[in-house]
Amino acid sequence: MDLSEFLDVFLEECFEGLEAMESGLLHLDEGTDLEEINTIFRAAHSIKGGSAAFGFDHISKFTHVMETLLDELRNGSRQVDKQIVDLLLASVDILREMVEGLKTEDTPDEARVAELKTALEAALEGSEPAVNTEQNVQADTATPEARTEAESARWQIRFIPCPDLYREGNDPLRIFEALAELGQLKVQTDTSNLPPLSELDPATCHLRWEATLEGMVAEEQIHEAFSWVEGDCELEIEQTDIAQENARKEAPAPVVETKSDPKPTPPPSVAKATPAAKPAKASANRESGSIRVSIEKVDLLINLVGELVITQSMLNQAGLNQAQGGGPTAEALLNGLAQLGRNTRELQENMLQLRMLPINVAFSRFPRLVRDLCGKMGKKVDLVLSGEQTEVDKTVLEKIGDPLVHLVRNSLDHGLEIPEVRAAAGKPEQGRLELSAQHESGNIVIRISDDGAGLNREKILQKAIENGLVNDKEELSEERIDNLIFQPGFSTADKVSDLSGRGVGMDVVKRNINDLGGTVSIHSREGEGSTVVIRLPLTLAILDGQLASIGQDTYILPLISIVESLQIRHENLSSVAGSAELYRFREEYIPIIRLNSLLGNDGGIDSLEDGLLVVVEAEGQLAGLFVDRLQGQQQVVIKSLETNFQQLEGVSGATILGDGRVALILDIPGLIHLFHKKFSEKTLHASLEEMRLKDAPIKTRNQPAALTAAS
Amino acid sequence: MNSNAAQKIDVDLQSEQGVDQYLTFCLAGEEYGINILKVQEIRGWSEVTPMPNTPDSILGVINLRGTVVPIVELRNHFNLPDAPRGPTTVIIVVKAEEKNGNQRTMGMVVDAVSEVHNIAITDIQPAPQVGDAADQPAIAGLATMDEHMIIILDVDDLMINRVLGLLDEDSAA
Repeated sequence: MDLSEFLDVFLEECFEGLEAMESGLLHLDEGTDLEEINTIFRAAHSIKGGSAAFGFDHISKFTHVMETLLDELRNGSRQVDKQIVDLLLASVDILREMVEGLKTEDTPDEARVAELKTALEAALEGSEPAVNTEQNVQADTATPEARTEAESARWQIRFIPCPDLYREGNDPLRIFEALAELGQLKVQTDTSNLPPLSELDPATCHLRWEATLEGMVAEEQIHEAFSWVEGDCELEIEQTDIAQENARKEAPAPVVETKSDPKPTPPPSVAKATPAAKPAKASANRESGSIRVSIEKVDLLINLVGELVITQSMLNQAGLNQAQGGGPTAEALLNGLAQLGRNTRELQENMLQLRMLPINVAFSRFPRLVRDLCGKMGKKVDLVLSGEQTEVDKTVLEKIGDPLVHLVRNSLDHGLEIPEVRAAAGKPEQGRLELSAQHESGNIVIRISDDGAGLNREKILQKAIENGLVNDKEELSEERIDNLIFQPGFSTADKVSDLSGRGVGMDVVKRNINDLGGTVSIHSREGEGSTVVIRLPLTLAILDGQLASIGQDTYILPLISIVESLQIRHENLSSVAGSAELYRFREEYIPIIRLNSLLGNDGGIDSLEDGLLVVVEAEGQLAGLFVDRLQGQQQVVIKSLETNFQQLEGVSGATILGDGRVALILDIPGLIHLFHKKFSEKTLHASLEEMRLKDAPIKTRNQPAALTAAS
Repeated sequence: MNSNAAQKIDVDLQSEQGVDQYLTFCLAGEEYGINILKVQEIRGWSEVTPMPNTPDSILGVINLRGTVVPIVELRNHFNLPDAPRGPTTVIIVVKAEEKNGNQRTMGMVVDAVSEVHNIAITDIQPAPQVGDAADQPAIAGLATMDEHMIIILDVDDLMINRVLGLLDEDSAA
């Protein structure tokens, strides 16, 4: 049977199991719960079973030891303590590496595996685990010690299987691979019993093997490797002392190498083969791939499709009646169409549901991360998760993970103080880090809040002025200062730590979130903590759009970026040096972008007073898009231009309208860039400067940073 | 019966060895040919949605059963004079393949399609070099059919390197 098609499923299950084990172990910290231990045990057990079935012996062996330890915890013969939890967590990590290794064909850090295994075994025997569970400690240094501690032995194994070995479904290769896991293995095949080729039955085993195994191996372990065949074969296992063995080695036994064997028996170099690399064909990376869908969601879809079929036949009937000129059909036709519309909408909504996963997938890594980091930094933090079941598109979920990790690390590193400082400030020693997710008007909103020190605005402002991000004469609102930390090349950390503070990060976080069509902002109160708010669209496949016409053409503006749409009033218009057109919008001057000229559209209204101004916001800048008229709002399905063409600046994609025509979806930040590129920055800046002088009390706080920096 | 018919078509398509089938079309009085295996379908002329900041030769995009397909004005691309759309004006939808195997569906506007010819590879002669090689409009060769010349175009080269390549230059500038 070809197992490779199940491999992906197995790997997925492994990762799920590992996650379950990890979160279970983290809960163990807080007190022993039998149910929790059972969950961990079950996860370990299925990983062991699965890996054994696939022949990943190194994994199943390792998990076996873990399982034994967990079993003792489960039946109460051993108490849960921090040391064991740490050890098991470290084991989960290495196990995850091993499983990932199957996918990428990388071999895991064998020294670390052996070290942890020894530690687990040591823990089983009741002695202190001789392993350093800190991950950043070089594993290699500890290994030789661990090795020499155990008794080194040399085993001589003679294995004469029964002729039916293959027919019973046993593969000697497996056995030798298992042995190779235990120590240094040398195998020699004795082919003296082999009949001539003409009489050879390939399903009968005529071979015998002699093997020497060197390492800290117990006789039991060897027997275990042979456990499947031990009943019907001749097996001799004896311990030889090393000096004697050396003498033996000098006089090699006259045996034929397996290469001459026509049957599929193991090559003599089993010891060197890495069993993991063999069957694992790295097929998919961690992103994309498959998705797990609950059966209810599928059933719902099947129901909907069933209804669709009924509606179709109903319309069919109505159409036929019409053709035959019988009966009052117009009404039936309209009814059918209304039903079709309803069905389609429901179907679309439910299809999108298929891609939705709970945000827990992204959140689940944080308890561990926070626990590890706190240990490292000597801080006490209580992590509170809420809204983990909020569902979000799979693509969004995959891409939001890294930015979230960065933000959480930032909060831990910069936000939350060490217990002494907190105590001095009159706050409880244990800090609070809250991660929440919820749906808000078609978006998912993720909040990361801490009750730490908050942002130091003076320092931020000073740094921003140093970097030329803002003008020192500018008056900035508190909120605007806080959000300066999302500018490229910004870091207020006094010293660079290994966690954060290298000045890359917050801008990357912002860019990643913007790429997903979302926004991020931070609100901070000095001494009380700060909150980062991430707003993301639920899905990347559908967009809430505002239809706008220019000449003959229709364009889609993302509703999320629109601040307001207004009719242009003449008295609020200013044109500077006859070129830059500005509009006074709520005490601010915003540039007017004539979409028809920017998009090279020949049609469209030229007179500003006859059209509409759509005020949009992107990357903290306001701009007014001048269009002929607005048509209405609609959800549109995003089609990529890149599939057959390529990305265009200012256009994020296309969609197909009700009449079958293609409409372009405009990308607001891209449009503004395009506008600045086309319109010499200097001219615009000069005109803004002029306006400011003319009208001193008006703040230009929303002016693009790039422009102010240019001065 | 059915399988026989299918076989016959199969044989027809493959024809003899070294002979390929070419779809020919007219453009400003000249006859061009493209390998028929590159052709996905032929559509009547329909309005396109223009795209901003693209070369004039790219007319815009159309909706091809839910896929957004860019349309190239071949006359413009070859620097031929503009002509009004007539009843025979069609869009030939082709599948252009990139070097990495990625396929792009694109359409090109031509004056009219004429017919399908069997042309042996040996009957296609290389086009004479006129001017700079980079300016040659993706001509794979010339063939003679019934006393007139057919300009054989390399669809992949034309669409990927010349048409989309133009765009890269544009954005780089």
